Amino acid sequence: MSQAEKVLSGSLRTLREALDRKELTASELVEASLARMDRGKDLAAVVTRNDEKALRAAEEASRRIAAGKPRSVLDGIPVVLKHNIVEQGELATCSSRILENFVSPYDATVVERLRAAGAVFVGRANMDEFAMGSSTESSIYGPAHNPWDPTRSCGGSSGGSAAAVAAGFAPIALGSDTGGSIRQPASFCGVVGFKPSYGRISRWGLIAFASSLDQIGPFARTVSDCAAAFELMAGHDARDSTSLPEPAPKVCERLDGEVAGMTIGLPKEYFVEQGVSPGVLARVREAIAVLDKAGAKIVPVSLPHTTHTIATYYLVATAEASSNLARYDGVRYGRRAKDPVDLEDLYRRSRSEGFGAEVKRRILLGTYVLSAGYYDAYYGKAQRVRTLIRRDFELAFAQCDVILTPTAPETAFRLGEKSGDPLAMYLSDVYTVSANLAGLPALSLPCGLSDGLPVGLQLLGKPFDEASILRVGDAFERATPHHRLVPPGAAS
Amino acid sequence: MAAVPRANVPRMSRIGHAEVARVAALARLALSEAEIDGMAHDLEQILAHVASLDALDTRDVPPTLHGFDLPTPLRPDRPAPPLDPELAVANAPARQGTAFLVPKVLEEEG
Repeated sequence: MSQAEKVLSGSLRTLREALDRKELTASELVEASLARMDRGKDLAAVVTRNDEKALRAAEEASRRIAAGKPRSVLDGIPVVLKHNIVEQGELATCSSRILENFVSPYDATVVERLRAAGAVFVGRANMDEFAMGSSTESSIYGPAHNPWDPTRSCGGSSGGSAAAVAAGFAPIALGSDTGGSIRQPASFCGVVGFKPSYGRISRWGLIAFASSLDQIGPFARTVSDCAAAFELMAGHDARDSTSLPEPAPKVCERLDGEVAGMTIGLPKEYFVEQGVSPGVLARVREAIAVLDKAGAKIVPVSLPHTTHTIATYYLVATAEASSNLARYDGVRYGRRAKDPVDLEDLYRRSRSEGFGAEVKRRILLGTYVLSAGYYDAYYGKAQRVRTLIRRDFELAFAQCDVILTPTAPETAFRLGEKSGDPLAMYLSDVYTVSANLAGLPALSLPCGLSDGLPVGLQLLGKPFDEASILRVGDAFERATPHHRLVPPGAAS
Repeated sequence: MAAVPRANVPRMSRIGHAEVARVAALARLALSEAEIDGMAHDLEQILAHVASLDALDTRDVPPTLHGFDLPTPLRPDRPAPPLDPELAVANAPARQGTAFLVPKVLEEEG
């Protein structure tokens, strides 16, 4: 392994120092990232690249840094993008046949902002088709593999982004989280994954799945790296009408390692023995003890509608998805069926050839729950229960600053283990979907291993209070070595 | 708006082959008979799970429509450069100039 590759495994801070002290150039760093991706090709984590463009951007960054004028903490830093975040002139396929050849005519706001900050986009990550999945198996590129154990899933839907950071391809990757699609893969791959509050980061240029739930967020090896990337991406964007009209919050300056005086709530419904693996529960309880010792006050809270979150989520998400995916009609972009006899035939065959089984399943469910006669019984009902779930959190947050839970009920499952059983796959999102339904910021960070596989700890915050969960997460990292654990293959 | 006899709607409905075929037509999906059977089986299971929501009394609960409450934002009505038309049609499967080509929609008179 080259010196540059060794540096690449470090945190953003160590990378920044190495670049600014001229120990290596941004070009060498990006070349190291490309070399690592070459060697780790079999993971199918990063599935498309434009090396020439990345190297050109790296050269420009090298010149800025040599002149002593880096644009930001991310100048010259390799960043991986999920395949549903668009960049002008690059493929954005959503891992779907229907967008297999789609080249974006414009930049997502996050791409624009990170490029302005000097970040170098080194590759695009594998994902579940249209972000519908929890395992990164339903993809035209084939399943992505977990760097900790290639026979296991890296989680999903942003599994490729999580695996890319875990395997040391790049210190930052972007994902999207509609029901846990950043946090669950972060948990499975032993990295930090951060879903900001709904409305914090512009969704302009994020290919829509469920518009009232979707949120872009970063993966990194440390909480402070996530915070740094978040600050550069967040803040109002007039092109997203659901964007919070406020500038990006200054979260980095709040990471002082202190948790004394903070109150952390443990929802009793999340700590039931059945449904969560003993290994996961043990690591999470150890994490609670660490925070207790550091001076946080630990209190029990209750989220009584927890058992209804999966049902509510899959009604709301599929309804919105069926509406969003109606745009794929074979007319303006995307796959078009050959020799259609008429317009109707063009629509039906283009969509049927282009979408995979899970996407069709969710379009059907969403269309069904929105159809005449069923709307109130299903979609309307779910929207009302969504209010009850939100109120649960309002009451719980009256008693605490941050809520702590496991991120996922188990460690990384085997590839193929759940792919034949859609309901079992949906139920694996049990701890993550409520943050999306309630619009809360949520963070997953490593809290140790169980049988050699990473376990994730989840922190949930009040709406728009990203600072508190990042602060607790950062303090936990300072007190523990878990974030320094790397997969067996990535160390060599 | 057309009146829908809501009182007669079954709270928890079973979804069979014919219902899946109806929904597939609405969603503009062409499914084989085997695909319809498979989907009917999966949707049946999922709908059985979501039926648990029926246990909750939500008569006086307002719906949550979005991630947070925000009024529709307004911005000044100022002209801005549009997407280059060439770029806008660059992904078109069939085009003529800057127009999208589709099969004929209107029948010829005859």
